[in-house]
Amino acid sequence: MTFTRPSFRHPSQPTNSLGYSRSDYEGTISTLCAGCGHDSISNAIIQACFEIPVEPHKVVKMSGIGCSSKTPAYYLGKSHGFNSVHGRMPSIATGANMANRDLIYLGVSGDGDTASIGMGQFIHVLRRDLNMTYVVMNNGCYGLTKGQDSATADKGSKSKKGAPNPFESIDLCELAIQLGAGFVGRGFSGDKQQLVPLLKAAMSHEGIAFLDVISPCVTFNNTSGSTKSYQYVRDHIEATGTFDFIPLQQEILTQYEEGTTQAVTMHDGSVIYLHKNANSPDVTNRRKSMDILEAEKEKGRLLTGILFLDPESSDTHEILATSLSPLNTLTETELCPGSAALQKINERLR
Amino acid sequence: MKPTQTENPEYFHNVIDCQYACPAHTPVPEYIRLISDGRYDDAYMINWVSNVFPGILGRICDRPCEPACRRGRIEKEPVAICRLKRVAADNKDSIKNRLPSVPTAKNGKKIALIGGGPASLTVARDLLPLGYQVDLYDNQAAAGGFIRTQVPSFRLPAEVLNEEVNYILDMGVTCHFNHYVRSLKAMLDKGYDAIFIGTGAPRGRDLPELPGRKEGDAYIHVGIDWLAAVLYRHVARIGKRVLVLGGGNTAMDCCRTARRLGGEDVRVVVRSPRTEMKASPWEIEDALHEDVPVIDNHVPLEFVVEKGRLVGMRFDRVVGRLDENGRRKLASTGEEPVFMPCDEVLLAVGQQNAFPWIEKDLGLQFTQKGLPLLNEITHQSTLKQVFFAGDAAFGPRNVITAVAQGHQAAISIDLFCQGEDLGNRPHPKVNLFGQKMGYHEWLYESQVTDDKRQAVSVIEKVKSLKDRLLEVELGFDKEKGHKEARRCLNCDVQTIFIAQTCIECDACVDICPVTCINFLADGEETDLRSRLQIPAENLSQSLYVSPPLPTGRIMVKDENVCLHCGLCAERCPTASWEMLKFTYHSAQAGDK
Repeated sequence: MTFTRPSFRHPSQPTNSLGYSRSDYEGTISTLCAGCGHDSISNAIIQACFEIPVEPHKVVKMSGIGCSSKTPAYYLGKSHGFNSVHGRMPSIATGANMANRDLIYLGVSGDGDTASIGMGQFIHVLRRDLNMTYVVMNNGCYGLTKGQDSATADKGSKSKKGAPNPFESIDLCELAIQLGAGFVGRGFSGDKQQLVPLLKAAMSHEGIAFLDVISPCVTFNNTSGSTKSYQYVRDHIEATGTFDFIPLQQEILTQYEEGTTQAVTMHDGSVIYLHKNANSPDVTNRRKSMDILEAEKEKGRLLTGILFLDPESSDTHEILATSLSPLNTLTETELCPGSAALQKINERLR
Repeated sequence: MKPTQTENPEYFHNVIDCQYACPAHTPVPEYIRLISDGRYDDAYMINWVSNVFPGILGRICDRPCEPACRRGRIEKEPVAICRLKRVAADNKDSIKNRLPSVPTAKNGKKIALIGGGPASLTVARDLLPLGYQVDLYDNQAAAGGFIRTQVPSFRLPAEVLNEEVNYILDMGVTCHFNHYVRSLKAMLDKGYDAIFIGTGAPRGRDLPELPGRKEGDAYIHVGIDWLAAVLYRHVARIGKRVLVLGGGNTAMDCCRTARRLGGEDVRVVVRSPRTEMKASPWEIEDALHEDVPVIDNHVPLEFVVEKGRLVGMRFDRVVGRLDENGRRKLASTGEEPVFMPCDEVLLAVGQQNAFPWIEKDLGLQFTQKGLPLLNEITHQSTLKQVFFAGDAAFGPRNVITAVAQGHQAAISIDLFCQGEDLGNRPHPKVNLFGQKMGYHEWLYESQVTDDKRQAVSVIEKVKSLKDRLLEVELGFDKEKGHKEARRCLNCDVQTIFIAQTCIECDACVDICPVTCINFLADGEETDLRSRLQIPAENLSQSLYVSPPLPTGRIMVKDENVCLHCGLCAERCPTASWEMLKFTYHSAQAGDK
């Protein structure tokens, strides 16, 4: 536990185009274990929001229960937030999003909160393609209750207790691709160089953007037999390729060679340039994305980066053809247009 | 970039900005911590060992440490180090029993000190406990030199001066006061094993060529001589309108003293722009506070004397311009000369060394500037048994420099008298102490306070201008002293990185409040400096570079604005960051 953090920041810390400095996106000091991967992800979120840039008061951070779900306290201290019930973050996020479609929704959850108690909520939010970024801080164990294996722990992986996990694991990325998420990626808390652009791209995607971030639990699951330790992940990590995320406002300065680089234009006009490795598949093809995930798993490799991207995907509001104005701004005048309007509707039904 | 060699004590010494900047390398953070703990005696003794005059320097030091202070780089103002030194001096109990004992059996070596200022007193303090016999010669009635005769009492009360001078004299110095040494040859003939010269820069510069200088002589005084005359009460009054020429600290002492002796319209007139004045900013402020305007860019043209009486001075208005060599030159604006009426003029336009008493045929060589030719490290002159320190050695500097040089001269004299090689000097005493007490508990107060620099109380202007003996600054009381001491960032508590155990989890990077820790691909220094999360633009501050880590990256820490808060060590899961207190004590005479 660390109790206070000095209020001084580097005197030459830069500001973004909105005039905010990075410290404007910070939260309170973390109470997680020293070295927790979650803290790194929190800081990657701070960095991504600073770099995009977003206005802090336009962001809603949602979470459930667990170590991961404590983290919204540690970033975006000037944003809206809701720490909800265990596994029920997607429902709360759905409600909030329905009420005000103008905000940016950032949900964080853990492997327990998502793959166990919240599985039912998780798959339906994917199906409905809610416009939000859904980050899972995946450490393969229940850190808050002393490190029992979670549903994402790989079969045979050994945590601090030493017994190999006898059950099959759930691959959340594969599930997300299968259930229709338009943006699926995987990152590693120990690699911010990849994680920050991944978060930036995910947050600019319209519809659900799912990120599975491997985040070692230093206290219970950072042992030599674990497949979610810093060492193991570093030894087995594989990337679909590197990519550059160019936000809409920014001028495109770099020239990319044709053939190896694929440009994908996002809904908001931002462009993602994917620099593919040799033999890597087209990540905009759902079936091929599933294949490559399975193939790498067979080889014992952990595939990271953007795994699947469908820039054409729609979101819940579009599917349901809801009002373009946020529902919470509609007044009685719009909601109760009077008997004449009712008359008209009734006429149409005769 | 090559990994940092922390085995070289100078690396960590350099991180302690204040101590490094201090000519005497006083362990500043160490005594500041003691002050915040209320251990004033201990804080005083650390100072006394290192800089000999804590109470005096706590009032009149030139404070090279404060512009260097790291706190001044993260917020507006540095820690008030100088005033904290005074807190220790003001609040200590008797420390007499802590002073080094002087052996009754002497070592048979006799040393003469010529001049009784800070440099000579330092040499005496360092050599007496080693068994040397020390004779001191001074032309004044009491020891102290410059700090007695030219620093006015409203900045440095006589009691404080006497106390600290007497600590040394009481160790057994044989004093010859009111004794002007007229011949170095005669001194050499007395058979001393070594002679130390610390006669300061005793002559104030005059403006002999300026028209009217001779005619107005009765009303024109050389500043340092006038200040000494005030001290000895030969001068008790001054005219109502006074012009002080010069922009150094002596000019500030002159104008403020003049205000206390009846000067009502006292002005400081300087040749160059205000920004180039040599006086310490706080001394200029004090003068302004006492209603003394500073008029810059005025070059004196003549003293105007009418009927044998000085009536004023004429000045040419100038602007500073750069010539083709990039040097600043003062050029006349071409406007009419300015006439300023006055009754008396004080000249504080610089000091000069003078050695009329050193015979030319002794083999003691001088430089073209009239200073003795010395070895810069040993302070030995071309006459091997004669040593110099203080203003007499390399020209006018300040008290703390004189003390530092005095220590070096004392080392040399000791080595010389013991027949050893002067180049074979003792090393500083250094050590590293772990600060970890328990789970996120440290031996030092690691939390950084947001408090701003404390303001010091001063005595009412009406009162102080009436009595030149009344000290103007009241100093910090214990509470303010504690608050100010807590502002210190403990820069002597070093962050040590152990690459072998690092798992590159980024916890330190994420927690560091001032973004000084980076993990990145190796490169040359300039390249690395530009690639840090916040580029390291302060080139006077080192980069702390680790050997390569398992991912092939290296850890680079920019020392520039590190708060030494210990959070990197608190958040490290593998204890790859350690907080170790680095102590550095400069070598003194007798150290092995």
